[in-house]
Amino acid sequence: MGKIVKVSGPLVVATGMQDANMSDVVRVGEQRLIGEILNMNGDAASIQVYEETSGIGPGAEVVTTGAQLSVELGPGLLENIYDGIQRPLEGIMNICGSNISRGIEVPALDRDKVWAFKATAKVGDKVVGGDFLGDVQETPSVNHHIMVPVKSKGTIKSIQSGSFKVTDTIAVLEHDDGTTEELTMMQKWPVRIGRPYAKKYPPNRPLQSGQRIIDTMFPVAKGGTAAVPGPFGSGKTVVQHALAKWSDVDIVVYIGCGERGNEMTDVLREFPELVDPRTGETLMKRTVLIANTSDMPVAAREASVYTGITIAEYFRDMGYDVAVIADSTSRWAEALREMSGRMEEMPGEEGYPAYLASRLAQFYERAGIVQCIGSDEGRKGSLTAVGAVSPPGGDLSEPVSQGTMRIVKVFWSLDSSLAYRRHFPAINWLNSYSLYEESLRPWYDENLGPDFAKNRAKAMALLQEEASLNEIVQLVGKDSLSPNDQLTLETARMIREDFLQQNAFVDIDWFSDYRRQFLMLRLILDYDKLARAALQKGADLEALFSIDARNGIGRAKSVPVDEYENAYAQIGRDMEQQIEAIAERGEED
Amino acid sequence: MIKEYKTIESINGPLMVVRRVQGVTYDELVEIELSDGSLRRGKVLEVSGDSAVVQLYEAAAGINLAESKVRFLGHPLELAVSEDMLGRVFSGMGVPIDGGPAILPEAHRDINGLAMNPAARDYPDEFIQTGISTIDGLNTLVRGQKLPIFSGSGLPHNQLAAQIARQARVLDDESKFAVVFAAIGITFEESEYFVQEFTRTGALDRSVMFINLANDPAAERISTPRMALTAAEYLAFDKGMHVLVILTDITNYAEALREISAAKKEVPGRRGYPGYLYTDLATMYERAGRHLGQPGSITMIPILTMPEDDKTHPIPDLTGYITEGQIILSRELYRKSVLPPVDVLPSLSRLKDKGIGAKKTREDHAGTMNQLFAAYATGKENQELMAILGEAALSPTDLKYAKFADEFEKRYVTQGQDENRSITETLDLGWELLKILPENELKRIKPEFIEKYLHGKQD
Repeated sequence: MGKIVKVSGPLVVATGMQDANMSDVVRVGEQRLIGEILNMNGDAASIQVYEETSGIGPGAEVVTTGAQLSVELGPGLLENIYDGIQRPLEGIMNICGSNISRGIEVPALDRDKVWAFKATAKVGDKVVGGDFLGDVQETPSVNHHIMVPVKSKGTIKSIQSGSFKVTDTIAVLEHDDGTTEELTMMQKWPVRIGRPYAKKYPPNRPLQSGQRIIDTMFPVAKGGTAAVPGPFGSGKTVVQHALAKWSDVDIVVYIGCGERGNEMTDVLREFPELVDPRTGETLMKRTVLIANTSDMPVAAREASVYTGITIAEYFRDMGYDVAVIADSTSRWAEALREMSGRMEEMPGEEGYPAYLASRLAQFYERAGIVQCIGSDEGRKGSLTAVGAVSPPGGDLSEPVSQGTMRIVKVFWSLDSSLAYRRHFPAINWLNSYSLYEESLRPWYDENLGPDFAKNRAKAMALLQEEASLNEIVQLVGKDSLSPNDQLTLETARMIREDFLQQNAFVDIDWFSDYRRQFLMLRLILDYDKLARAALQKGADLEALFSIDARNGIGRAKSVPVDEYENAYAQIGRDMEQQIEAIAERGEED
Repeated sequence: MIKEYKTIESINGPLMVVRRVQGVTYDELVEIELSDGSLRRGKVLEVSGDSAVVQLYEAAAGINLAESKVRFLGHPLELAVSEDMLGRVFSGMGVPIDGGPAILPEAHRDINGLAMNPAARDYPDEFIQTGISTIDGLNTLVRGQKLPIFSGSGLPHNQLAAQIARQARVLDDESKFAVVFAAIGITFEESEYFVQEFTRTGALDRSVMFINLANDPAAERISTPRMALTAAEYLAFDKGMHVLVILTDITNYAEALREISAAKKEVPGRRGYPGYLYTDLATMYERAGRHLGQPGSITMIPILTMPEDDKTHPIPDLTGYITEGQIILSRELYRKSVLPPVDVLPSLSRLKDKGIGAKKTREDHAGTMNQLFAAYATGKENQELMAILGEAALSPTDLKYAKFADEFEKRYVTQGQDENRSITETLDLGWELLKILPENELKRIKPEFIEKYLHGKQD
């Protein structure tokens, strides 16, 4: 037991801590505030406290718990909202109302809730860490597999199906040396250590997000990493929310790190009402929320991303596809900076600690497609990590953006000038990139046909050409361009307005499946091809621009899901006839 | 029994070090009694062994290292709150300065407040009609939102804030309404403008004012907005009122924070502001909102002047990352006499989508809003092209867009200081302007609304 000698904001120094280990969780003062040891110097420990330290002073007691900062894993995680150190916020609300007071202890997993456990392992089975003991249907859309804890190994001595609380013994394991271990549905894992896996694979399947600019132009792979940087007001959060809503993954862990309270409330109120198009259940049934809003203690912000990704790894180990969405990693980095400053460490660039880049890398490296541990070798899970970055002043040369860009493979660059024009999602098609394009190509060719990738390349080329033509237009005006170039500008505009723009708040438009994306883009490219051919025959440019079918293309987004196949075919036929008519007139002239 | 210390070791700007103290805790309120009996206050910033670093809230002038007595009060800085605060004027430290009697407190509240549990928040979605088209129509304000005004020196942000405070109301709602106003380091004239304005419109009786003027100590500016927010929280969540909080000017606040950070010899972040500026601002801004199942609300309008009109300066930048949008004033429009000079394109209300539409404003609101934004942006671009290449270089459609942008500024943005437009008037005005454009350009509006509102066909 130690005594405090110094308090400076969230940093507390205590002496007499010779019994404590590095990184132990400690309890500080009478209020038993939760803290974590950052540094040891002789018997003095520097502790970051995850709650307000107001009212704490020298002489107060510090007790180590002897364990590292850990999360509880088991049934009850889904549909929950936790703070940065996995305390359930709804439980806190039941105790102390609308505001969060200090020193509150609520277990992360509800101890009283009874779950129906169905054993799948049998007495006499030899099991290792990661093997399934049985299932709990946690929500209608997620079957929560109960696994043997990572380090356990042995023969099952007894196991039974039935109704259990998370702390009840569901099975007894006999180790090789004859000792026994009682297994519960709940296990713990230290957040700063990645959960082990058998083998990692390069990502080769896309994560379908239903967002046209992402899926068609800059796809992210399952098990991949992506970053969304952008100045404020450019729609980072809307992109993150769209990914959390529509990604075709089994589990979503959404980390609100140092962001607005109302944004978390929005997720909390909206997700239970939105239906997952793949399971027919509400989105909340597959979601875990971690919230450290910007007014909550800054030290817990640092822990929140680890808490989130550890929970995600746990579901990955069951063989699920999991997405971790962190909004925003910049706030996490700032929390690191604040603690580093208080510990009087030598600052690196812009006051950030020198270890910023390696911490960022460690976080993103926990993503990937893996073969899970356990004796069944076919089980694969994936963890996709998407982080928002909030660069000060939108300037990407700052350390967090640079550190992130070196690691992630997909970069969706948000652009405030697009946002001012209400072009949403405001992902800039010229600056963004996806390094998964090549590795995903076989999947696209096999599942969507070779035209998908070809059309993408064509559309990108048109957009590129538009950018260079626009420079000429700035100087000499549109009229001095050749009809062919004017058509390029027009097609590029159609790609931007009729394809890339997507309204996240309109229920028909907020999700587009691959087939729809493909057909929409093909309509626009067909227009380009037909119109170009007609120009060769001397057709009038203005007439080509104002054909009726263009209205149809412009409104293609609002065609209901079950009608679009026929409607688009009709638009295509109309377009062909109308352009042909103009071309014929051009030939007569 | 509270111990008195006469062991002040040093005073350096707003920081004071006291030696040989016992039982002092972090964040405690400190009272310093001068030899003439007057009191100064501060708080404990750091305590290490038997020495405490105290940050003064008030001016250090007159403190004698040997003679002055220091008392540690065992609780953080508190504000005495009561419903009688309405109609009163306080200093930045919460002391009445209007000559009236002291407040009989109903409770004492820690001015730092507590973090609001996101699970206990109610999502803001009630439309507030401010009577200003650029806000109601395009950057809709809702109850419980924090929407700052980004201004520049010399721009009429005070007039805009006063107009909002005067005209803001929620349709079909007669519940209790109050204004909490915090003047942070502004001049007497600016503060007097608000006092006069509130008196003129009779709003003073339902206002609480906290005034820290430019010549008051900078250290006091740290507590002024927190005093105001504590009063607002009391009125909103204890008394069920709908409170509009106006904080002006946040730039002065951030500068005071920088001053103290420099005195503490902290590692500076961008432009010398402390690295925790984001967190510090957030703990104030995030106090806006609504509680689940409770009647009151806090809507916040912080005003800040952007140094050199630069939106990427740390103060507006970090504010924009926390608040739910921003209203940006433009010097260019002001020079063109477009008043209030709201720069529509970079302005944004993040919560508008939940506050508009059928049953809240009108079914066509979302579509027309997006169309107006897009058309104005295109129009502005075409105007620029026209300036370089001349009118002849633009197609007839492009010209129409340019004309639209012009008319939009003249008729939609421009509005008298006492002109209170209803949301229907604002929306109809939008349609009138959209008539300038060819109908097939109105891609963002549903066809049935075009039929109904542009052609006046009722179904």
